Amino acid sequence: MAEYEFETEGVKKTFTFMNRKAPYGTVYALEVLETVLISAAFEQHANIVFADDGVYQLKAGHDTTGIGMKNFSPTFGIIEMEKEDADEDEDIDMVWRIIVEKESMEARGLTADDFKVEVEVLSAAELADIVDASDCVISG
Amino acid sequence: MAAYTVNGVDYEHDEEGYILDVTNWNEDLAKVIAVEEGLDMTDEHWLVVNFLREYYNEYQIAPAVRVLVKAVKKQFGAEKGSNKYLYELFPYGPAKQACKVAGLPKPTGCV
Repeated sequence: MAEYEFETEGVKKTFTFMNRKAPYGTVYALEVLETVLISAAFEQHANIVFADDGVYQLKAGHDTTGIGMKNFSPTFGIIEMEKEDADEDEDIDMVWRIIVEKESMEARGLTADDFKVEVEVLSAAELADIVDASDCVISG
Repeated sequence: MAAYTVNGVDYEHDEEGYILDVTNWNEDLAKVIAVEEGLDMTDEHWLVVNFLREYYNEYQIAPAVRVLVKAVKKQFGAEKGSNKYLYELFPYGPAKQACKVAGLPKPTGCV
Protein backbone atom coordinates (compact mmCIF):
# COMPACT_ATOMS: atom_id res chain seq x y z
CA MET A 1 0.00 0.00 0.00
CA ALA A 2 1.27 3.43 -0.92
CA GLU A 3 2.33 5.71 1.87
CA TYR A 4 1.19 9.26 1.78
CA GLU A 5 2.82 12.17 3.47
CA PHE A 6 0.88 15.31 4.11
CA GLU A 7 2.65 18.47 5.07
CA THR A 8 -0.20 20.42 6.51
CA GLU A 9 1.46 21.99 9.52
CA GLY A 10 0.98 25.74 9.31
CA VAL A 11 -0.76 25.60 5.93
CA LYS A 12 -3.41 28.28 5.76
CA LYS A 13 -5.76 28.62 2.83
CA THR A 14 -8.80 30.71 2.13
CA PHE A 15 -11.90 28.71 1.32
CA THR A 16 -15.00 30.24 -0.20
CA PHE A 17 -18.20 28.27 0.28
CA MET A 18 -20.76 29.39 -2.27
CA ASN A 19 -24.36 28.66 -1.27
CA ARG A 20 -26.73 29.25 -4.19
CA LYS A 21 -29.65 26.91 -3.58
CA ALA A 22 -32.81 27.19 -1.47
CA PRO A 23 -32.45 25.45 1.90
CA TYR A 24 -34.79 22.52 1.31
CA GLY A 25 -35.72 20.47 -1.75
CA THR A 26 -32.12 19.54 -2.51
CA VAL A 27 -29.35 18.37 -0.22
CA TYR A 28 -26.86 21.07 -1.30
CA ALA A 29 -27.46 23.52 1.53
CA LEU A 30 -27.09 20.98 4.32
CA GLU A 31 -24.04 19.35 2.73
CA VAL A 32 -22.23 22.69 2.35
CA LEU A 33 -23.10 23.58 5.94
CA GLU A 34 -21.59 20.34 7.18
CA THR A 35 -18.47 20.94 5.10
CA VAL A 36 -18.12 24.41 6.60
CA LEU A 37 -18.43 23.02 10.12
CA ILE A 38 -15.79 20.38 9.44
CA SER A 39 -13.42 22.97 8.00
CA ALA A 40 -13.50 24.77 11.37
CA ALA A 41 -11.54 21.86 12.83
CA PHE A 42 -8.64 22.70 10.50
CA GLU A 43 -8.69 26.41 11.37
CA GLN A 44 -8.67 27.59 7.79
CA HIS A 45 -9.91 30.99 6.59
CA ALA A 46 -13.42 30.82 5.21
CA ASN A 47 -15.84 33.04 3.36
CA ILE A 48 -19.32 31.62 3.70
CA VAL A 49 -21.25 33.23 0.88
CA PHE A 50 -24.99 33.21 0.21
CA ALA A 51 -26.17 34.21 -3.26
CA ASP A 52 -29.14 33.53 -5.58
CA ASP A 53 -31.78 31.44 -3.73
CA GLY A 54 -29.04 30.57 -1.23
CA VAL A 55 -29.92 33.77 0.65
CA TYR A 56 -33.07 32.00 1.87
CA GLN A 57 -30.88 29.59 3.86
CA LEU A 58 -30.12 32.36 6.35
CA LYS A 59 -33.63 33.77 6.57
CA ALA A 60 -35.02 33.69 10.11
CA GLY A 61 -38.19 31.77 10.93
CA HIS A 62 -37.87 28.53 8.93
CA ASP A 63 -40.73 26.13 9.67
CA THR A 64 -40.37 22.70 8.09
CA THR A 65 -43.31 20.93 9.71
CA GLY A 66 -45.23 20.90 6.42
CA ILE A 67 -42.50 19.12 4.45
CA GLY A 68 -41.43 16.59 7.09
CA MET A 69 -37.76 17.57 6.97
CA LYS A 70 -35.47 18.52 9.81
CA ASN A 71 -35.20 22.27 10.28
CA PHE A 72 -31.43 22.83 10.22
CA SER A 73 -31.73 26.59 10.45
CA PRO A 74 -30.56 26.65 14.12
CA THR A 75 -27.32 24.96 13.05
CA PHE A 76 -26.25 28.15 11.22
CA GLY A 77 -25.79 29.61 14.70
CA ILE A 78 -22.64 27.48 14.97
CA ILE A 79 -21.07 29.37 12.07
CA GLU A 80 -21.67 32.61 13.91
CA MET A 81 -20.29 31.15 17.15
CA GLU A 82 -17.14 29.85 15.42
CA LYS A 83 -16.64 33.23 13.80
CA GLU A 84 -16.99 35.05 17.13
CA ASP A 85 -14.58 32.62 18.81
CA ALA A 86 -12.02 33.15 16.06
CA ASP A 87 -12.45 36.94 16.23
CA GLU A 88 -11.97 37.03 20.00
CA ASP A 89 -9.28 34.41 20.55
CA GLU A 90 -5.86 35.58 19.44
CA ASP A 91 -4.58 32.00 19.46
CA ILE A 92 -6.96 31.06 16.67
CA ASP A 93 -5.59 32.28 13.36
CA MET A 94 -8.79 31.90 11.41
CA VAL A 95 -10.76 34.61 9.64
CA TRP A 96 -14.37 33.80 8.90
CA ARG A 97 -16.75 36.05 6.99
CA ILE A 98 -20.47 35.49 6.50
CA ILE A 99 -21.38 37.26 3.28
CA VAL A 100 -24.67 37.83 1.48
CA GLU A 101 -24.76 39.06 -2.11
CA LYS A 102 -26.59 42.37 -2.22
CA GLU A 103 -28.29 41.90 -5.59
CA SER A 104 -29.70 38.47 -4.68
CA MET A 105 -30.93 39.76 -1.33
CA GLU A 106 -32.67 42.80 -2.82
CA ALA A 107 -34.22 40.86 -5.71
CA ARG A 108 -35.98 38.71 -3.10
CA GLY A 109 -37.22 41.65 -1.07
CA LEU A 110 -34.94 40.88 1.88
CA THR A 111 -32.78 43.08 4.07
CA ALA A 112 -29.90 42.22 6.42
CA ASP A 113 -32.42 42.32 9.30
CA ASP A 114 -34.25 39.28 7.92
CA PHE A 115 -31.35 36.93 8.62
CA LYS A 116 -30.70 34.69 11.61
CA VAL A 117 -27.06 35.73 11.90
CA GLU A 118 -25.03 38.90 11.40
CA VAL A 119 -23.90 39.17 7.79
CA GLU A 120 -21.78 41.37 5.54
CA VAL A 121 -23.69 42.52 2.49
CA LEU A 122 -21.45 42.83 -0.58
CA SER A 123 -22.19 43.59 -4.23
CA ALA A 124 -21.62 41.00 -6.96
CA ALA A 125 -18.56 42.97 -8.07
CA GLU A 126 -17.06 42.93 -4.57
CA LEU A 127 -17.87 39.24 -4.33
CA ALA A 128 -15.94 38.59 -7.54
CA ASP A 129 -12.82 39.97 -5.84
CA ILE A 130 -13.39 37.65 -2.87
CA VAL A 131 -13.70 34.61 -5.12
CA ASP A 132 -10.64 35.72 -7.05
CA ALA A 133 -8.59 35.95 -3.84
CA SER A 134 -9.65 32.49 -2.62
CA ASP A 135 -7.43 29.41 -2.81
CA CYS A 136 -10.38 27.11 -3.06
CA VAL A 137 -14.04 27.61 -3.98
CA ILE A 138 -16.61 25.03 -2.98
CA SER A 139 -19.95 25.53 -4.64
CA GLY A 140 -23.30 24.11 -3.63
CA MET B 1 -37.84 -2.53 19.82
CA ALA B 2 -35.82 -2.65 22.99
CA ALA B 3 -36.41 -0.09 25.68
CA TYR B 4 -35.05 1.24 28.98
CA THR B 5 -37.57 1.02 31.80
CA VAL B 6 -37.33 3.85 34.33
CA ASN B 7 -39.89 4.43 37.10
CA GLY B 8 -42.34 2.21 35.23
CA VAL B 9 -42.03 4.08 31.94
CA ASP B 10 -40.53 2.53 28.79
CA TYR B 11 -38.13 4.57 26.66
CA GLU B 12 -37.46 2.98 23.28
CA HIS B 13 -33.89 2.87 22.05
CA ASP B 14 -32.13 1.66 18.92
CA GLU B 15 -29.90 -1.41 18.74
CA GLU B 16 -26.93 0.57 20.06
CA GLY B 17 -28.79 2.08 23.01
CA TYR B 18 -29.53 5.61 21.75
CA ILE B 19 -33.03 6.69 22.77
CA LEU B 20 -35.35 7.40 19.84
CA ASP B 21 -37.01 10.56 21.11
CA VAL B 22 -34.67 13.26 22.41
CA THR B 23 -37.54 15.08 24.09
CA ASN B 24 -38.23 12.10 26.39
CA TRP B 25 -34.93 12.50 28.21
CA ASN B 26 -34.74 12.99 31.97
CA GLU B 27 -32.02 12.60 34.61
CA ASP B 28 -33.30 9.30 35.96
CA LEU B 29 -33.20 7.86 32.45
CA ALA B 30 -29.66 9.21 32.01
CA LYS B 31 -28.58 7.41 35.18
CA VAL B 32 -29.98 4.12 33.86
CA ILE B 33 -28.20 4.56 30.49
CA ALA B 34 -24.98 5.39 32.35
CA VAL B 35 -25.20 2.16 34.35
CA GLU B 36 -25.68 0.20 31.10
CA GLU B 37 -22.56 1.93 29.78
CA GLY B 38 -20.61 1.03 32.92
CA LEU B 39 -20.15 4.69 33.87
CA ASP B 40 -19.97 6.03 37.39
CA MET B 41 -21.48 9.47 36.94
CA THR B 42 -19.57 12.25 38.71
CA ASP B 43 -20.28 15.99 38.66
CA GLU B 44 -17.82 16.24 35.80
CA HIS B 45 -19.73 13.65 33.77
CA TRP B 46 -22.92 15.62 34.37
CA LEU B 47 -21.30 18.87 33.25
CA VAL B 48 -20.37 17.25 29.93
CA VAL B 49 -23.84 15.73 29.54
CA ASN B 50 -25.55 19.02 30.36
CA PHE B 51 -23.31 20.91 27.96
CA LEU B 52 -24.21 18.46 25.18
CA ARG B 53 -27.93 18.90 25.86
CA GLU B 54 -27.72 22.69 25.89
CA TYR B 55 -25.71 22.71 22.68
CA TYR B 56 -28.13 20.33 20.97
CA ASN B 57 -31.15 22.38 22.07
CA GLU B 58 -29.62 25.49 20.59
CA TYR B 59 -28.09 24.17 17.36
CA GLN B 60 -29.95 20.90 16.70
CA ILE B 61 -26.76 18.88 16.23
CA ALA B 62 -24.13 17.46 18.56
CA PRO B 63 -20.94 19.54 18.85
CA ALA B 64 -17.68 18.59 17.17
CA VAL B 65 -15.21 17.04 19.63
CA ARG B 66 -12.96 20.11 19.52
CA VAL B 67 -15.90 22.30 20.52
CA LEU B 68 -16.57 19.98 23.44
CA VAL B 69 -12.91 20.05 24.48
CA LYS B 70 -12.94 23.84 24.36
CA ALA B 71 -16.06 24.02 26.52
CA VAL B 72 -14.57 21.61 29.08
CA LYS B 73 -11.41 23.70 29.16
CA LYS B 74 -13.49 26.76 29.99
CA GLN B 75 -15.35 24.93 32.80
CA PHE B 76 -12.64 22.79 34.40
CA GLY B 77 -9.40 24.57 33.53
CA ALA B 78 -6.66 24.08 30.97
CA GLU B 79 -5.24 20.80 32.35
CA LYS B 80 -8.58 19.07 31.81
CA GLY B 81 -9.29 20.64 28.43
CA SER B 82 -8.02 17.71 26.42
CA ASN B 83 -9.24 14.73 24.48
CA LYS B 84 -7.41 12.51 26.95
CA TYR B 85 -9.40 13.83 29.88
CA LEU B 86 -12.68 13.29 28.04
CA TYR B 87 -11.65 9.72 27.28
CA GLU B 88 -10.97 9.19 31.00
CA LEU B 89 -14.55 10.24 31.72
CA PHE B 90 -16.03 8.34 28.77
CA PRO B 91 -13.63 5.52 27.88
CA TYR B 92 -15.58 4.36 24.82
CA GLY B 93 -15.49 7.74 23.16
CA PRO B 94 -16.73 11.05 24.60
CA ALA B 95 -19.05 11.86 21.73
CA LYS B 96 -20.50 8.36 21.47
CA GLN B 97 -21.00 7.59 25.15
CA ALA B 98 -21.76 11.07 26.44
CA CYS B 99 -24.29 11.62 23.64
CA LYS B 100 -25.97 8.35 24.52
CA VAL B 101 -26.31 9.34 28.18
CA ALA B 102 -27.49 12.82 27.14
CA GLY B 103 -30.20 11.27 24.97
CA LEU B 104 -28.85 12.73 21.73
CA PRO B 105 -28.89 10.85 18.41
CA LYS B 106 -25.76 8.92 17.52
CA PRO B 107 -23.13 11.41 16.30
CA THR B 108 -22.21 11.12 12.64
CA GLY B 109 -18.49 11.64 13.32
CA CYS B 110 -16.16 8.81 14.25
CA VAL B 111 -15.60 9.36 18.00
